[in-house]
Amino acid sequence: MGRTSREQRRVKPARRWSWVMAVAIAISAGLAWAGNWKPLAQDGLHDPSNTALNQLQNPAEALSKLPPDTAGNQVNWVKALEQGKINPRTNIYAGTKVKVLDKKEPPDVLMKNTAELSMVRFPHKQHSEFLDCSNCHEGLFKSKAGTTPGFNMFNILQGEFCGRCHGAVAFPLTECKRCHNEPRPVPGGAAKAR
Amino acid sequence: MGYNQQKHIRHGIRRYVRVSAIALTMLMLLAPFPIRAEFGDVVFNKHSEKEGVRPVIFPHWFHRIRFQCKVCHSELGFKMRAGDNVVLMSDIIEGKFCGMCHNDNIAWGADRCDLCHTGRPGLQSGVIGGASTGGPGRW
Ligand code: HEC
Ligand code: HEC
Ligand code: HEC
Ligand code: HEC
Ligand code: HEC
Ligand code: HEC
Repeated sequence: MGRTSREQRRVKPARRWSWVMAVAIAISAGLAWAGNWKPLAQDGLHDPSNTALNQLQNPAEALSKLPPDTAGNQVNWVKALEQGKINPRTNIYAGTKVKVLDKKEPPDVLMKNTAELSMVRFPHKQHSEFLDCSNCHEGLFKSKAGTTPGFNMFNILQGEFCGRCHGAVAFPLTECKRCHNEPRPVPGGAAKAR
Repeated sequence: MGYNQQKHIRHGIRRYVRVSAIALTMLMLLAPFPIRAEFGDVVFNKHSEKEGVRPVIFPHWFHRIRFQCKVCHSELGFKMRAGDNVVLMSDIIEGKFCGMCHNDNIAWGADRCDLCHTGRPGLQSGVIGGASTGGPGRW
């Protein structure tokens, strides 16, 4: 057999693969663009044989109208609330006292034990717009900065502290920068972002 | 270098390229649609299947558009840990747990079985979604 014909035969599959890859890139780009919410009947969780399923709302219908994000529900819930796109009720019973924060009280808490990463500025304001003080104090956190025992990233990843909500219902722990949001000042004076 | 050796190396490189192309293609095809229930969905299946009904799926995304977390997790007293609330149907009908709202007043009532009992058979209780709090590697 001639050497050249063999050579040609070997080159072709490689070219074919580059086509397959190009098509795959195009398809996945298209899908990413179209949004990732699965219809309930196809999400692997709901039973498609339940005839009442069509009476439920599909996530895409509600969530695509809210400010987008890239993780979790793919909704930036903080913005959705600030912009008035959602207006969730604060209580069911008329008698329930709802604590509202006056201005910045209690203050943001700056957490500095973050090794090389940017520090964490924990915002009380944004959290109190969803949560009650009792959801965090004293069960998850002490009401004095720096006194909560065992508070570190390892335990957060185990689903404790911030990880009780972040990763389950609030934006997931893969979004490092949204928590590690406060650049560490360097001795030279200028802040170092990382 | 002998011709045979060269051929061998070239063949090796081609195979490497091809295998990584397959791997990349599969990754790219899978990445946009992993098996995806909505982030924050909670499955209740402690009693359901044993009692002959489908597991229950509670959608956080749907409820948090309408209620702040504090309504359920403070005012109504739902514990913030999947599985920590032991829910029986008799409680719901008496107006506890989901029945605090699903009472034909704030939302439709407990007689609409098929709207809550919507899960596939065999689901495990817990939070399902893009991430869970089960520990490193599971988020
Ligand atoms: C929900 C908020 C949040 C997210 C998301 C987050 N962190 Fe953290 N991280 C913290 C807090 C809070 C601390 C503890 C700070 C303290 O005690 O002063 C911390 C501490 C750390 C530390 C210091 C060492 C340790 O064990 O405490 C490292 C390293 C770290 N995080 C890395 C990461 C990386 C990498 C990611 C993304 C994969 C990430 N974090 C995502 C909140 C978060
Ligand atoms: C999402 C959880 C969360 C909620 C909700 C929350 N806190 Fe906190 N709070 C924290 C964390 C985390 C700290 C820091 C604890 C530490 O560093 O050990 C803190 C610290 C504090 C501190 C000490 C601040 C300081 O500088 O020493 C006070 C006071 C406080 N919280 C009051 C409140 C009040 C009042 C509310 C309700 C309006 C509230 N918190 C709601 C998480 C929360
Ligand atoms: C009790 C539940 C809960 C706990 C505990 C909690 N968070 Fe959050 N956090 C939320 C919710 C809900 C939001 C709204 C955004 C969302 O749902 O994605 C939020 C939003 C945030 C934001 C975004 C604020 C903005 O302006 O965009 C940051 C930053 C944050 N959390 C940091 C933390 C850190 C750091 C901790 C741990 C010290 C923590 N959270 C603990 C529920 C919680
Ligand atoms: C508002 C939502 C909701 C509705 C509507 C509802 N259920 Fe349930 N049901 C639940 C939840 C949550 C559980 C707890 C499931 C678990 O832990 O396995 C449950 C549990 C059950 C159980 C097993 C536990 C027990 O108490 O025996 C049965 C059987 C059941 N439901 C039947 C029904 C029937 C029949 C209807 C319609 C008449 C109905 N459910 C309507 C939410 C609902
Ligand atoms: C309509 C009621 C309702 C609302 C509103 C609600 N939740 Fe939940 N939540 C539940 C129920 C029900 C469970 C499941 C409890 C169980 O399985 O026993 C749950 C479970 C949880 C869990 C436990 C997850 C785990 O990993 O174990 C967390 C964290 C949580 N909710 C956070 C939130 C946050 C943050 C908000 C607001 C953004 C919120 N919830 C709003 C009803 C609600
Ligand atoms: C704070 C009140 C409240 C609680 C508690 C509550 N729900 Fe709901 N739920 C609502 C409201 C309001 C609706 C919307 C009703 C409507 O569209 O008329 C709803 C709708 C739903 C839907 C239908 C969603 C759709 O796509 O239309 C399901 C499923 C559901 N709830 C399940 C549950 C389960 C399971 C529980 C208990 C674990 C629960 N809910 C607890 C208020 C509540």
